[in-house]
Amino acid sequence: MTDVQIAGVSKSYGPDAPVLRGLDLSVPAGTLAALLGPSGCGKTTLLRIVAGFLHADAGTVTVGGRTLCGPGVHVPPEARRIGIVPQEGALFPHLSVARNVAFGLSGRDRAARRARTEEMLELVGLGGYGDRMPHELSGGQQQRIALARALAPQPELVLLDEPFNALDSGLRTGVRSDVRAALRATGATALLVTHDQQEALSTADLVAVVRDGRVAQCGTPQEVYGRPVDPWTARFVGDAVLVPGTADGGTATTPLGRLPLAAAPAGRTEGAVLLRPEQLRLADTAAGPQGTVTDVAFYGHDAMVTVTVDGLEEPVGIRVAGPVSVRPGQRTGILVEGEATLHP
Amino acid sequence: MTATDPVAPADPAAGPAGAAAPAGRRRAGRRPPAALLVPAGLAALFALLPLGYLAVRSLERGPSFAWQVVADGRTVELLGRSVGLAATVVAASLVLGVSLAWLTVRSRLPGARVWSVLMTLPLAVPSYVAAFTWLSAFPALAGFAGAAVALTLVSFPYVYLPVTAALRGADPAQEEVSRSLGHGPLRTFLAVTLPQVRPAAAGGAVLVALYVFSDFGAVSLMRYDTFTRGIYTSYRASFDRTPAAALSVVLVAVTVLLVAAEARTRGRAGHARTGTGTARPAVPAPLGRWRLPALTWCTLVAAAAVVMPLATLGYWLAVGNSATWDPATLADTAGTTLGAAAAGAALTTLLALPVGVIAARHRGRTAHLLEQSAYAGHALPGITVALSLVFFAVRYAEPVYQELPLLICAYAVLFLPVAVAATRAAVLQSPPVLEDVARSLGRSPLGVLREVTLPLAAPGVAAGAALTFVLCMKELPATLLLRPTGMDTLASRLWTETGTGSFAAAAPYAAALILLAAIPSYLLGRHRT
Repeated sequence: MTDVQIAGVSKSYGPDAPVLRGLDLSVPAGTLAALLGPSGCGKTTLLRIVAGFLHADAGTVTVGGRTLCGPGVHVPPEARRIGIVPQEGALFPHLSVARNVAFGLSGRDRAARRARTEEMLELVGLGGYGDRMPHELSGGQQQRIALARALAPQPELVLLDEPFNALDSGLRTGVRSDVRAALRATGATALLVTHDQQEALSTADLVAVVRDGRVAQCGTPQEVYGRPVDPWTARFVGDAVLVPGTADGGTATTPLGRLPLAAAPAGRTEGAVLLRPEQLRLADTAAGPQGTVTDVAFYGHDAMVTVTVDGLEEPVGIRVAGPVSVRPGQRTGILVEGEATLHP
Repeated sequence: MTATDPVAPADPAAGPAGAAAPAGRRRAGRRPPAALLVPAGLAALFALLPLGYLAVRSLERGPSFAWQVVADGRTVELLGRSVGLAATVVAASLVLGVSLAWLTVRSRLPGARVWSVLMTLPLAVPSYVAAFTWLSAFPALAGFAGAAVALTLVSFPYVYLPVTAALRGADPAQEEVSRSLGHGPLRTFLAVTLPQVRPAAAGGAVLVALYVFSDFGAVSLMRYDTFTRGIYTSYRASFDRTPAAALSVVLVAVTVLLVAAEARTRGRAGHARTGTGTARPAVPAPLGRWRLPALTWCTLVAAAAVVMPLATLGYWLAVGNSATWDPATLADTAGTTLGAAAAGAALTTLLALPVGVIAARHRGRTAHLLEQSAYAGHALPGITVALSLVFFAVRYAEPVYQELPLLICAYAVLFLPVAVAATRAAVLQSPPVLEDVARSLGRSPLGVLREVTLPLAAPGVAAGAALTFVLCMKELPATLLLRPTGMDTLASRLWTETGTGSFAAAAPYAAALILLAAIPSYLLGRHRT
């Protein structure tokens, strides 16, 4: 069980191309943490620095109390005991599944190697697949073998680089939960790089939103979704309803009424008040905020109703579970549930 | 064939640009490990040695003496003959290559597939075999005409192949637009189609010119004095070897210019189409009353380039008997040839491995320099490499002079570019992420090389070795200069017998050479498909 401390890590590819700007991140032992960010934010660069494939310009990476890179220190990748699961698995095409899994077990005797290999194959639900060649496996199976290969030598930390990207969406959910279960079972600390917010929120214990080479916010999925630090993060991790408002103590006055705030700012503050579409309800009342339905997009499990609210320029989105009875042009009342956040 | 086989593109120009292959991006800022760097450095030095030593040697008696040799009327005359021959062969190859490419790709020529296979076969015929067949059938051809005919018929595929590819890749919509704007078929061909294939044709033309300038076999058998033959005669005729060295420097300068020109045409090629998506295949043009003339033209070329060498060979084999050739000697010579070629291929592949891996996986000044040095022998005429090794051995390595190791070294310098290109391409095939994974699983850089990179690259490296083997087997000028006294390869024996007019005696060696070279080529073809 190992914790990961990343402090002040910077990296640039040339004078005008900084990628990481003093990134800090702390991951407790046994946690599955997601690095979530748009492409080009530096998350893959960070992963490669932690793995030892890239040298950081500044900063330190400490895993389980051992400094892997820092001023004057660079432990080579093969001595770091960090497993990686790359995109599309990257199984060695010239080796059988069993020999792929056993690749990192070279120090042990043959019987121990075989036992550990079989154990790992069972762990990822592919016991008995040892004699197959990688090209005989489906994409999801390859990905699970790649995880078994990374976990076999009992690494201090496992790095997963967008491992579910290449899978089609039907398969993705299944492989994702299998991977999560396997990681749980071994108690390994893991860092998952992804640009898919649903994947980060549903898979990880801890989500670090990376923007422009820094961690913009780090917290549990609920925290990051429910109490984002700024409007950009709010929009990046999910659909957002942003309305202007004025805070006074624990509530904010907005065109959608007086809303309770998750955290009270000091004094009177103006800013953007953030809600999630599922906090809004369509209501058949004449009291409270009113608006006109402009669009209904039906997704099956739910629907997004776009409403132009009286007194607001931008329309708001309202997520409605189940069947929808409203039509565009219809007038409706709006109710708000839960807490909002205010961003000055 | 004397220089590097241009069909297997030893890609000096496309070096770093070629790294854009999706699977194999290069790594910035990762220094190659010393265990790769040192052998790669040795290989690079090895490849540069002949060129460097040639320069030193030619200036040994002072720049003024070298200049005297170069500015001598005889040199100018040789240069004129080489240029004239190259111009003729290039012009003829362009006519043959472009016309046949259009006929086989864009017209409703009956049997277009068969014709297109036939038109690539001449590539397998060494120039001296072509010269042998024409000379033995028509002795009067000796001289300029014979050299031009033999060289054109073996080198026009260098134009035919790229133009074919360009015609296949060109967007027919451009031609349709031209027609819809009121231009007739001929005008459209000249204004639209021809510019589309011009970069490809130009690149092919430069390859043909390189071939002619570095060819020794055909011109020497046809007794037409060009630069290569001049160097050989001058070397054989005199104890003073400085003139031969100075002439070699001039020849190297010409080939360097041609290689640079080839790199330029390559850079401009591939713009035959703008926009995205795949082009539709063009609708083949009906030939109408031109059908018969077109078929006749194809038949004539195929007859001259393919049927004629085979038929002549068959004839001389048939008239030959135990008085004209000795099976035991043939078997002996074949064995020697295979042995020398195997040793040459082994050394070349070994030297190419570290350079090829670095070229594929590392960036930076050192890596670039190593790769470019290994390409030094690219398109260098065999005779100049051989000559510089003779000079070097006589002065510094007397024990190996006229010994097999020196000949093997010459093969390695000449064909290192082919092997490096093959290794580099093979390594690029496997994604670098596999090497990252292996590192993360506890392998040292060398362990990764041994357990992941090399096993994955092995088929491509083996293909490169097979190609090198064939090239060594067909090599003539370096073999003539460097072979140990009394040793013969199939090529040198064929050359000697043809030179003395003993055609029936030469034929079995030509047949054996073609047969033996066909085996690895066949295996290579199977590997690629």
